[in-house]
Amino acid sequence: MKCVSTLVRNHSGVLLKVTSLFGRRGFNIQSVTVGVTEDPEISRMTFTVADDEKTISQLVKQLSKLEDVLSVKVLNDSDCIKRELCFIKVKAQSDKRSKIIEIADIFRARIIDVSKNTITLEITGDGDKTEAFIEMLSDFGICEVVRTGILAIERGEEMLSIK
Amino acid sequence: MNGAQYILNFLKEKGVKISFGYPGGAVLTLYDEMAKMNFPHILTRHEQGAIHAAEGYAKVSGEVGVVFATSGPGATNLVTGLANAYLDSTPIIAITGQVNSTTIGRDSFQEADVTGITTPITKHNFLVKDINFLPSALHNAWRIATEGRKGPVLLDVTKDVFAAEISSPVVKMDEKAKRYDDLHKIVPQIVKELKKAKRPHILVGGGVNSNECRELLEKILKRLNLCVSTTMMAKGVIDENEEYALGITGMHGKVAANLSMVHCDLLLAIGTRFSDRVVGNGDLYSEKHKVIHVDIDAAEINKNVPAYIGVCARAEEFLKALLIVLEKEDVKNLWDDWKSKVLSWKELEKDDVKISGLLPQDVIKAVNKYAGDRAVVVTDVGQNQMFCAQHYKMRYPNRFVTSGGLGTMGFGLPAAVGSAVSNPDNNTVLFVGDGGVQMTIQELATVKKVNLPIKIFILDNRCLGMVRQWQELFYNKNYSHTILDDNPDFIKIAEAYGIKSAVLDEKSDLEQEVKRICEEKEPVLVHCRLYREENVYPMIPPGKNPEDMFGRNNRKFE
Repeated sequence: MKCVSTLVRNHSGVLLKVTSLFGRRGFNIQSVTVGVTEDPEISRMTFTVADDEKTISQLVKQLSKLEDVLSVKVLNDSDCIKRELCFIKVKAQSDKRSKIIEIADIFRARIIDVSKNTITLEITGDGDKTEAFIEMLSDFGICEVVRTGILAIERGEEMLSIK
Repeated sequence: MNGAQYILNFLKEKGVKISFGYPGGAVLTLYDEMAKMNFPHILTRHEQGAIHAAEGYAKVSGEVGVVFATSGPGATNLVTGLANAYLDSTPIIAITGQVNSTTIGRDSFQEADVTGITTPITKHNFLVKDINFLPSALHNAWRIATEGRKGPVLLDVTKDVFAAEISSPVVKMDEKAKRYDDLHKIVPQIVKELKKAKRPHILVGGGVNSNECRELLEKILKRLNLCVSTTMMAKGVIDENEEYALGITGMHGKVAANLSMVHCDLLLAIGTRFSDRVVGNGDLYSEKHKVIHVDIDAAEINKNVPAYIGVCARAEEFLKALLIVLEKEDVKNLWDDWKSKVLSWKELEKDDVKISGLLPQDVIKAVNKYAGDRAVVVTDVGQNQMFCAQHYKMRYPNRFVTSGGLGTMGFGLPAAVGSAVSNPDNNTVLFVGDGGVQMTIQELATVKKVNLPIKIFILDNRCLGMVRQWQELFYNKNYSHTILDDNPDFIKIAEAYGIKSAVLDEKSDLEQEVKRICEEKEPVLVHCRLYREENVYPMIPPGKNPEDMFGRNNRKFE
């Protein structure tokens, strides 16, 4: 998986224009995240896509052509920090709770809600950690998984700017 | 000033000489101001006709085509034309009405999500529901349609915005950085590769279709002493009567043009996006050939054909830089043997037809003889288009108007309307099939109303010729829904619209009749009653490469 970060104009219709491009050009996107940046007129979108050189090069060029896309950059795994927020609701009768809490501790997940039959956990990490955590919880019976998709930022002084 | 006046004044300031469109509820204010201002506008009889006319106008004039339509069905009728202009990179400004800003989203009468619908088929679009945003949207729309690789831009303007007052318009221009490659570095490298090549070939596409590029290209070809082939979109960029002009390449390309593609060891392709109709399987092609690809759009490089060297540049700038480097090189005799080999392939193009009926190529050749050197030639889509592309020898750029990428049947007649408007001093001839003409036949009313002296040659073979050809060759002669034995009487149709008509069949004195028709000063509908089963050859089967080309009776070309 590779991360592609973009800066786009922050107005209605941009999301449609970008996602329409993916459909039309047949790009398979693992996840998309959008959020406003330090400049309220600009949003940042992060895509994770399969690491295939030809697809990524076309994706970057086609994205760059869009009027509302101001900057596009492919982030190398070694040069960036990736995080994803995930909520997981698992089945948890009273006898299972302590086991679940034990696993949550190992993964540094937080318990954000408890009911008679469920526990809801919150975990932050790169995609792999989240996958592993979900896997560990699967034996208890997963009710719901809610993921934000990957966010990425470059290490050090590198940053994405409007050229 | 209200929004409608602002729009029309803006277009006038930009030098817009004509617009095409169709009124309706949401654009009543706009049409009201249009009449008051005496803004130049041609009413077509369908919105699809309006946008194809705008395209024809833009192609021939080199200006921006302007089209208006109302909300909902008016706007959705533009869809085919927008997609067509998008694939052929034609600069179009489409202004559509939208329901009032306060009623958007409530499924109001004649409401459709037009920016949503047209997002994948426009270069960009704007929904304008605030009068204060209108100036910026308009200025940016114009910039986007005309800069870099040109294309259609749509503004969807709510009904209230046309009527709203604007006192001090503020324009905020957005910028889109264009990054072209440094030609000083890359062109000498390309010349080096050229000199290394034993059999270099040049292919030019629609990006080169301008008078400026034509001049540069002629000089370059003289220095290189090589032949050149064009894509259909570049037909006429090089005078096709010149010996070194091989004509069009591709699925129904000329034999010498396609064999050059097969046997060259280096292909210099300028201003073409390598449509599958040009090169078939691009990955396969580049395995066997060194491809140097120059295009204005970086995304075209390595999209369909992997490039050995890719250059993102405007064709004109590239040709200028190439000429400067070549002027210091002596390459004139490097490829003499290769060139004579290529020219010898032209001999293979002689097609031995033994058919007694009237053939489309005969009509086309006769028109070519009498329509005049600077005639604009418009085609529809299908066999009529391919026969024209093969047999009509164009002499000048921007005079061959056709639907390339999208292949839109029904494009021809309205496109001829727009072409004729920008071409008052020369003939405009249209070749259209009996199928295609019936898709937009209502535009005969526009032809009559504006009195455009278009010579409309309906190449009537009483079937959907190209589809029938594929059924014959690839679907076991199962002619499913392609036979049009119940065509109307085209002469009576001409009469109903008040347009002169003529008939050409195997008994006609073809040359004499065509000469007379081409000299007419008013529109003429010419019903050409053709032999039905003529096919377009040569042909490269779909998905295959130029080496798989075959001719009449399965003839192979070596």
